[in-house]
Amino acid sequence: MQFCTFYLGKDLFGVAVLDVQEVVRQQEITHVPLAPGVVRGLINLRGNIVSTIDMRRLLKMPPLDDESQSINVITRVAGALVSLLVDHIGDVIEAPDDRFEPVPSTLGSEVKHIITRVCKLPGNLLMILNPERIVEFDRVNLPVPIELHKDRAA
Amino acid sequence: MAIKEELQKQLIDELVVESLEGLDAFDHEILVLETGEQTADTWNNAFRIIHTIKGSSGCVGFGKVESVAHVGESLLAVLRDGSLTPDSNTFSSLLRYSDALREMMRSIGQDGVEGSADHSQLVSDIQALHSGLTGAKHGNPAFGFFDEEPKAPEALSDTPMDAPTAAPLAATTADKEDTNASHPAGSQAPKGSISDSAIRVDVSQIDRLMNLVGELVLARNQIVQSTGQDADPAHVAAVQRVNLITSELQQSVMKTRMQPIGNVWSKFPRIIRDLCHELGKDVALVMEGNETELDRTIIEAIKDPMTHIIRNSIDHGIEHPEQRVADGKPAQGRLSLRAFHEGGQVNIEISDDGHGIDVGRVLQKAIQRGVVTQEQAARMSQREMLALVFLPGVSTADEVTNVSGRGVGMDVVRTNIEKIGGNVDLHSEQGKGTTIRIKIPLTLAIIPALVVTCGDDRYAIPAASLVELVRIEGDQVDKSVEHIHDAPVYRLRGNLLPLVHLAKELELTALRHEEEAMFLVVLQAEGRQFGLVVDGINDTEEIVVKPLGKEMKGLSVYAGATIMGDGKVALILDVLGLARRAMLLDEGSRQSAKDRDGIKAPDADNETRSLLVARVGANRIAIPVSCIARLEEIPAGKIEHAGKLEVIQYRGRIMTVVRLASVLGIPDGASPAESADSERLLALVVCALETSNLGVIVDAIEDIVEERIQIEIREGQRGILGSAVVQQRVTDLLDIKELARMAA
Repeated sequence: MQFCTFYLGKDLFGVAVLDVQEVVRQQEITHVPLAPGVVRGLINLRGNIVSTIDMRRLLKMPPLDDESQSINVITRVAGALVSLLVDHIGDVIEAPDDRFEPVPSTLGSEVKHIITRVCKLPGNLLMILNPERIVEFDRVNLPVPIELHKDRAA
Repeated sequence: MAIKEELQKQLIDELVVESLEGLDAFDHEILVLETGEQTADTWNNAFRIIHTIKGSSGCVGFGKVESVAHVGESLLAVLRDGSLTPDSNTFSSLLRYSDALREMMRSIGQDGVEGSADHSQLVSDIQALHSGLTGAKHGNPAFGFFDEEPKAPEALSDTPMDAPTAAPLAATTADKEDTNASHPAGSQAPKGSISDSAIRVDVSQIDRLMNLVGELVLARNQIVQSTGQDADPAHVAAVQRVNLITSELQQSVMKTRMQPIGNVWSKFPRIIRDLCHELGKDVALVMEGNETELDRTIIEAIKDPMTHIIRNSIDHGIEHPEQRVADGKPAQGRLSLRAFHEGGQVNIEISDDGHGIDVGRVLQKAIQRGVVTQEQAARMSQREMLALVFLPGVSTADEVTNVSGRGVGMDVVRTNIEKIGGNVDLHSEQGKGTTIRIKIPLTLAIIPALVVTCGDDRYAIPAASLVELVRIEGDQVDKSVEHIHDAPVYRLRGNLLPLVHLAKELELTALRHEEEAMFLVVLQAEGRQFGLVVDGINDTEEIVVKPLGKEMKGLSVYAGATIMGDGKVALILDVLGLARRAMLLDEGSRQSAKDRDGIKAPDADNETRSLLVARVGANRIAIPVSCIARLEEIPAGKIEHAGKLEVIQYRGRIMTVVRLASVLGIPDGASPAESADSERLLALVVCALETSNLGVIVDAIEDIVEERIQIEIREGQRGILGSAVVQQRVTDLLDIKELARMAA
């Protein structure tokens, strides 16, 4: 299986290459007030409006000094496009099936939730992400929507 | 193999779409036949539709549909030949028959199987009609065959016997007039040459086309701007051509999304016929402007509200024939639908000549339900009283029928219409009838919008909710903006207009400078006006509405996003959602006060507040009761960890909890040994936030008080709004929203 890889700090992450539509440089981002913190904003990808998810914020990592250098990995998730904002992009890596191991249980909960397995590369570890879990953050951070009282008495 | 399956699926999809269309046309033909206005071809058309469905479904292996269709086809054949004269039972059975086929087709479309509904009763009824035994089994025309107990096997046994012989027959010796029947992919009810000149296109394909055209328009704008006067004339001419072609292309693509409103209306004759039968009324339907074109998304959106209004008109509006004659009206009632374009909008009028709305009764009902007070009622105009029927819980029907009268209808109608940027207006004259006028935009895809600035970003506000713009000069602001309690209001031509600060609602930090002018955008939502305070007003523009991703579905203040001329994304504000958000707290506190004491809601200028007083360490903390969902006690061991957050499982969801003592830096009263005890019970205040709940752990809950308080704002301590004297003691007021942000 082939993976599109990218770096966050020193860590190497990968998404199945077939899920990745394209990789683009930093775009002008429109901030969305009230949106969950991990959503950096919206970008215009040739007429499609795509939400960008700040992977550093999602993984509770400190922000980059120069955020303008971030790269958008445009990923298809459940039929829609989502941009993963990462530090820089790595190679496309062919990972043989026998190199995978399950996620160690000692991993922090925010990381463990989105990583499906780990691939042992020579001299490096590749953490495979599940894009569907990435956009599920709202289920963790934003529970029960309360019933709004539709009181419309004049 | 996979290709074959895909082909099969495609065939089935086409079969379903065509059959459903065919069945709608079939219903129409049957209704024409029932009124006796048929032409020579009417029976033929009905027969042909069923014949096509039978042949096509047999081809892809849906034996059940085929066998049911076959029975009706045989009946239609004798009816067409004139050897059997239809009566009203025949028509009812044929309509039920078309329903049964429709049901099976929907089930095929959804699950790929024909469904388990048992149609043997219907089949035997139709066979009975066929063999001339009409009437015998039809004492009750309204029985529901879907609810029937499954019949003994022999009732079904003659259909499978027919089916296999019928299928090859249909394929080989098919009628001369429809040789297409055995080729479902290409088959279509032959209506002249339409089937040759029209193709069926997936809606998503058109949406994609629309997207690309939108992008082309942006690129065109950039090219036009960058082409200066001193450019090569040939280049200028080419740019000019690109400009024109783009505009034309945009219009053509827009047009492909348009559908005549008649597509929705075609369902109404059937609904009205069934209702009239059920209620024993006689109503003639007049439709005008069937060809008026609307965007298909809007057509979808108005279907339910219109159906509701029509049911209302027939159930409550139009009287029984005897009553009408007694009132000196023609026995047959009249319901008319009219659609027409006017000023870039579509108007739809639904009027009946029934007894109109009894304003007195509406008012009485509204007072009874506590929607308005006697004093308010006394000051209301006729028009305002009529508008009360749009409020939830107000119904003029004396009894609840299964058709309408539950008092939940008209408010849903209005909400749905406003959701698509339209509005509803109602006129009624007692004894003469009622007219409901709906105004809706032509399309949802491209809407006129006002672009405003707030903070560093631009926001688009749909022009449909826009009432007016007000500019208040910098030195006037302090004088013109007054406060009722802490709610800012502005006197607009003598009326108080509540103000909502966009920056505050969006939790932006940017605020207006003192000396600058203030911009007010006066908006209307659900019949209420409010002034939205923004930093700047840019311009009105036609914008292309695009949906937000599901990551942001919970945000009701946005209706979507759009791409501005410079290629940047701007959010579109949802005026309704914004109004609800701004008034949420206000309504919450009213509700809770009403619930507890059973008294009327306090007026806005009453300073009394319901507060829950809790103890944290040595401090007293007050939380507004309006923010509180529940009070709980939980064992300390139930707290789990998710990342750095402490959470508990609460009603099937995960809820963040904060220990107030540690967040506010107050030493709590518990000793280390106590803290380690997982059995120790903790007092938990469940606070309701906009979209979630937050658990706040306090040392103890002291009291709930209702007091007039004066808050001394204190800065510096995050999470604390300020202090006030409650029960003669200094108490800190908790800022729940801030606390939630600190916890996140």
